[in-house]
Amino acid sequence: MTKVTMTVNGKAVSGTVEGRTLLTSFLREDLHLTGTHVGCDTSQCGACVVHVNGKAVKSCTMFAIEADGAEVSTIEGQANEDGSLNAIQAAFQEHHGLQCGFCTPGMVMTAASLLKENPKPTVDEVRNHLEGNLCRCTGYHNIIKAIMAASGQDVSAIAAE
Amino acid sequence: MYELEIERPTTVADAVSALGGEAQLLGGGQTLIPTLKQRLADPEKLVSLSGIADMQGISASGDTVEIGGGTIHADVAADGTYAALSELASHIGDPAVRNRGTIGGSIANNDPAACYPAAALGSGATIVTNKREIAADDFFQGLFETALAEGEIVTAVKFPMPQQAKYIKFVQPASRFALVGVFVAKFADGVRVAVTGASNDGVYRWSEAEAALSADFSASALEGLTVSSDDMVTDLHGSAEYRAHLVKVMTARAVNAA
Ligand SMILES: Cc1cc2nc3c(=O)[nH]c(=O)nc-3n(C[C@H](O)[C@H](O)[C@H](O)COP(=O)(O)OP(=O)(O)OC[C@H]3O[C@@H](n4cnc5c(N)ncnc54)[C@H](O)[C@@H]3O)c2cc1C
Ligand code: FES
Ligand code: FES
Repeated sequence: MTKVTMTVNGKAVSGTVEGRTLLTSFLREDLHLTGTHVGCDTSQCGACVVHVNGKAVKSCTMFAIEADGAEVSTIEGQANEDGSLNAIQAAFQEHHGLQCGFCTPGMVMTAASLLKENPKPTVDEVRNHLEGNLCRCTGYHNIIKAIMAASGQDVSAIAAE
Repeated sequence: MYELEIERPTTVADAVSALGGEAQLLGGGQTLIPTLKQRLADPEKLVSLSGIADMQGISASGDTVEIGGGTIHADVAADGTYAALSELASHIGDPAVRNRGTIGGSIANNDPAACYPAAALGSGATIVTNKREIAADDFFQGLFETALAEGEIVTAVKFPMPQQAKYIKFVQPASRFALVGVFVAKFADGVRVAVTGASNDGVYRWSEAEAALSADFSASALEGLTVSSDDMVTDLHGSAEYRAHLVKVMTARAVNAA
């Protein structure tokens, strides 16, 4: 067992992990941050996306030990300081960017990394950036619409519902 | 996944001394972790390369660009010094895979449908290890086979920059790997064409196309050529004949776009 220390959503945390412990397991089972979902566990679906040192990664495909010393952010850290939904989360609610909600944490984290790099993406750029995030419910249109809206762009012309 | 321990050295020398026994190198883990989850490998120890600063980064001098073996796909994509290579990196998998996966891991793994092996072979790159330098022509030796010895570390890849180059892949939509991908590079002394995803023997050079394109660098130079389907992959995504057909179509598209 190895001791790991990292900052998760701004708080210093530590724990003892096995070599094979994945970052998802550490977040969900040790820190009880169960907002990060495991959809496939085979690196395909993106439900487990979190940010490590500002970069979106699939936490099911990274060892917890590799995040030792890192800054990690998860869906639990996304709300505004007063607890209200941030712009991306609010846009998902407003534009029905979710149905069952299973993919949503990964979608929001991936969208956040896109908007940080590219604050005003085109629809095509949003679609390309979501290549590794699968949704079984919505058919994606409302997710794209929500992300475009969160970027402050006019979405009245984007067909959906 | 079976039990294992992980070491995180900060120098290549420490990584070498951490190897031995049933130890295996860990790059970005984007291939290795799924393999371990399926219990297709059982190393006692993983030696992580992610903390080795000397293996990170991209530098250019003259007509050569050198990429550290631990450099992630996203950094190569953002760099742009060798435009065709950066564009190739920007289409590997998805953004999260590109934020972990490394060029050294991709080259060492030599997946028969991977993108970087086509760029390395198509550019005539040199693979730098902790022991020696290996020409791409000698490095790739069939499905998942390379010239690397046990525990040998790809510390960098040196690419000579061509006058014109382009990689076109026909994406297998579920995995986002190449169903067939072709890298074409035009140098002052001739053209190189490397094909991934198609052959049962992994990445290879299409020498007939190289000769035709060296004489006349245009898609029409390929018209008279035929591609045999004898050694091509057949799977649920496409037959050998389909892949043979795609090799020529992708090569022509790469030439047109170079
Ligand atoms: C969803 C998904 C989509 C993908 N799509 C594509 C795609 O479109 N095109 C593509 O080309 N690839 C694709 N990949 C594979 C990806 O590019 C991997 O990052 C890459 O194949 C392996 O690199 P890695 O750094 O993750 O290596 P790891 O998974 O850590 O290691 C792979 C192998 O290489 C060895 N190794 C690692 N680093 C070194 C080194 N420096 N020297 C010597 N040996 C080393 C390891 O021991 C292991 O055997 C995809 C992967 C996923 C999960
Ligand atoms: S659970 Fe990590 S990619 Fe699906
Ligand atoms: S909302 Fe159900 S998987 Fe996306």
